Amino acid sequence: MEDNVVLTARGITMTFPGVKALSNVDFTLRKGEIHALMGENGAGKSTLIKCLTGINDFEAGEIHVDGISGPVKNHSTKDAQEVGISTVYQEVNLCPNLSVAENLFIGREPMTKFHTVDRRAYNKRSQKIMDELGISVDVTQNLENYSLAIQQMVAIARAVDMDCKVLILDEPTSSLDDEEVEKLFGLMRNLRDKGVGIIFVTHFLEQVYAVCDRITVLRDGQLVGEYPIAELPRVKLVAAMMGKNLDDLAEIQKDSIEDVSKNDLEISARGLSHTGTVKPFDLDIHKGEVVGVAGLLGSGRSELARAIYGADKANTGTLKVAGKDVKINQPIDAMNLGMGLLPDDRKAEGIIGDLSVRENIILALQAKRGMFNQLPRAKQEEIADRYIDLVQIKTASKETLVKQLSGGNQQKVIVARWLATDPDFLILDEPTRGIDVGTKSEIQKLIVKLAGEGKSILFISSEISEMLRTCNRMAIMRDGEKVGELDHDLTQENVMKAIAGGEQAHE
Amino acid sequence: MNKNSLWSRIKGWSLFLPVMSLILVMAVNIIHDIAVGANPLSFFMITLRQTTGNGTILYGRIIDILNRGSEVAILAIGMTLVVSSSAGTDISVGSVMSLCASFCCMLLAGYGVSSTSTLAVPLIVGVLAGILLGVLCGVFNGTLVAYFGIQPMVATLILFSAARAIGLLLCNDLIVYVRNDAFGFFGGFCGPIPTPVIIAAICILVVAVLLKKTALGMYIQSVGINSRASRIAGLNSKRIIFMTYMLCGLFAGIAGIVASSRITSADSNNIGLYFEMDAILAVALGGNSLGGGKFNLTGSIIGAYTIQAITTTLYALGVSSTQAPVFKAIIVILIVAIQAPPLKAYFKHRSNAKQLQGGAIS
Repeated sequence: MEDNVVLTARGITMTFPGVKALSNVDFTLRKGEIHALMGENGAGKSTLIKCLTGINDFEAGEIHVDGISGPVKNHSTKDAQEVGISTVYQEVNLCPNLSVAENLFIGREPMTKFHTVDRRAYNKRSQKIMDELGISVDVTQNLENYSLAIQQMVAIARAVDMDCKVLILDEPTSSLDDEEVEKLFGLMRNLRDKGVGIIFVTHFLEQVYAVCDRITVLRDGQLVGEYPIAELPRVKLVAAMMGKNLDDLAEIQKDSIEDVSKNDLEISARGLSHTGTVKPFDLDIHKGEVVGVAGLLGSGRSELARAIYGADKANTGTLKVAGKDVKINQPIDAMNLGMGLLPDDRKAEGIIGDLSVRENIILALQAKRGMFNQLPRAKQEEIADRYIDLVQIKTASKETLVKQLSGGNQQKVIVARWLATDPDFLILDEPTRGIDVGTKSEIQKLIVKLAGEGKSILFISSEISEMLRTCNRMAIMRDGEKVGELDHDLTQENVMKAIAGGEQAHE
Repeated sequence: MNKNSLWSRIKGWSLFLPVMSLILVMAVNIIHDIAVGANPLSFFMITLRQTTGNGTILYGRIIDILNRGSEVAILAIGMTLVVSSSAGTDISVGSVMSLCASFCCMLLAGYGVSSTSTLAVPLIVGVLAGILLGVLCGVFNGTLVAYFGIQPMVATLILFSAARAIGLLLCNDLIVYVRNDAFGFFGGFCGPIPTPVIIAAICILVVAVLLKKTALGMYIQSVGINSRASRIAGLNSKRIIFMTYMLCGLFAGIAGIVASSRITSADSNNIGLYFEMDAILAVALGGNSLGGGKFNLTGSIIGAYTIQAITTTLYALGVSSTQAPVFKAIIVILIVAIQAPPLKAYFKHRSNAKQLQGGAIS
């Protein structure tokens, strides 16, 4: 193995039923570099990483790790950790019902001389690790008591603590806010300087250019190329990922958004709240209007939407839908009023993993029809085919289990599920998280198109720029409270200032 | 080899292992019959026999298995749904069977009467009341599990221990005999066919139609796989879990009536004893994950009859009824082991390796 190289993969090939996930892919990671692994949904990024970490059993190819003679074949993440490869995945894969400390040391608990778990030692060590990383948590608390962002950081802390040579970060920043991302980047640079090789998978182009040294691009399971960061400007990167020139992001023009403030009200909330998550708020949404909700993570963005939809039943306030007073106790009530909610946590609240793409698509429509009014099978298939085609879901067939699809395609299935119910009011909570550039712009275009058809949309996103492109108006959330609305001069700077509050915008 | 060859299609069939298990048990019978010099197919022989009355009934080992396996098959239907929706098991079904039997017999005989041949209330009232009590038990279990969020094992443990005792209370600590032909019908014969077989068939058919013609099956699986996501998609997850426990209670009630009718009495201490375990085992043998989610009702039913086939086979082999559970356990370990994922993966790995080798040589 050449000097300075910590990990090489050669000719990795892997097939899933009906799909060639990776074909003959090479990958090289050097010591002390942050190496971005880029590609669209289903390009094979996650699959390659799972091959490196022993979750997938690849069919052909070799992996070499510095300091280990002969090819390495991991059969479990434990094997991978033993050769120095640690991973933090896209979705937090920790145990929410264990404490932070237990999560940090699970599987490698320090022992007392009596061969019992040394609880005191690992609580102490855990607190030290977290303090060093600047994460303020009580390590004896259960992980589930903390936000998704903190859980993600615990996962990273766990990987970092295991003396790894190769640290794989698979979409670690999807659920972090800017400040937390910056903190993570600090940590990554720190580790890089210590000689750790870091593989960084992300969909945020800005982040790649902020922190990475080198980029490897995959497309449709094949290697497109490896480039030093300086030689691959952003436009070329996007072109390499998509296999075509970038033309679509520019297509959505700000001026294509019409003035809809004269339209009838679709949603009118007064004093709606859910104890402990969102304080009483008023919100009006006109027919054909796209309202964005901006705010930091944990500012009550999602909770506002959930209170309207009845996912968390509102404790106070009144709600009018299309001018009529309504009472929503649970999601089905909202659905019968023509609503739909695409939740932010795809894995926990979106997909039904073991059901097929077809069943996932027709689920909400079937729920609206009622148990005893089953959609005929032929009709189900027709609907599935139509929406697989419409939102371009990449799947081997409509009977493929949804859990076998890549993250972005799973998201599209849920979008399809709601489109099939023909909603009047659609809530999209982080619909583009963890999704590639091409799909992102597809979803943004879809939002504009739906609004054009007179549907109302509540669009929640961490990326202000994509809301700027699509929204008529924005609600600003801060600390569980709706603090204002912006309906003119929608610019990145103004929104940031509004989110930050009276003080200076923090960027 | 062609990927779509018949053999690999059979192997990929979801019922492959449950059916193989059943065939294995039958094969043991055939080998035994050959070894003792009997007709190799005597296991499958069905004959007509004259009864002491003047009816003719079907007779044979297959008939016996179908007959004796009815209760477990009926229970397995409810258990499959419960396991799927809640990733838990209803361990009260055996006791609930006993309670329903006691309640039914108590009504038919009249409170405090220990033996009678005349019915105190119309037969239909007693039977329906018994089944209704089963439904109520299901409602109780379902409320605890779905609405109070109690773990299924713990929630159903209450009736597991209490129901049998309540039954004894209803019967004044007596074994109540209802020596009445009309009541004996449910455990006897309907023409030449054993009535329990018909009752089980009707239960299976009704549920199969329900699953086919309504969205119930998809609802239950969806809730079992991801109840939070199901709720967001408009399903009432709690109500669906509740319903499966209620159905499970209903089937326990029906099974209780059948079991009681067989012996035309309410033997609280013995009716349905350990049946909950057989029902759970039937679900597992059917290739269903006890972790909930996807289910295969046909598999569970085959599983139920496999258990009965094992028991009947052991008796045919001359194993005493006290020792039978030991052999049953060994067979069950084998059957469950061949369905276990690590072994499946191992065999798959081996056959892949073989194919690769074969490819290299040719």
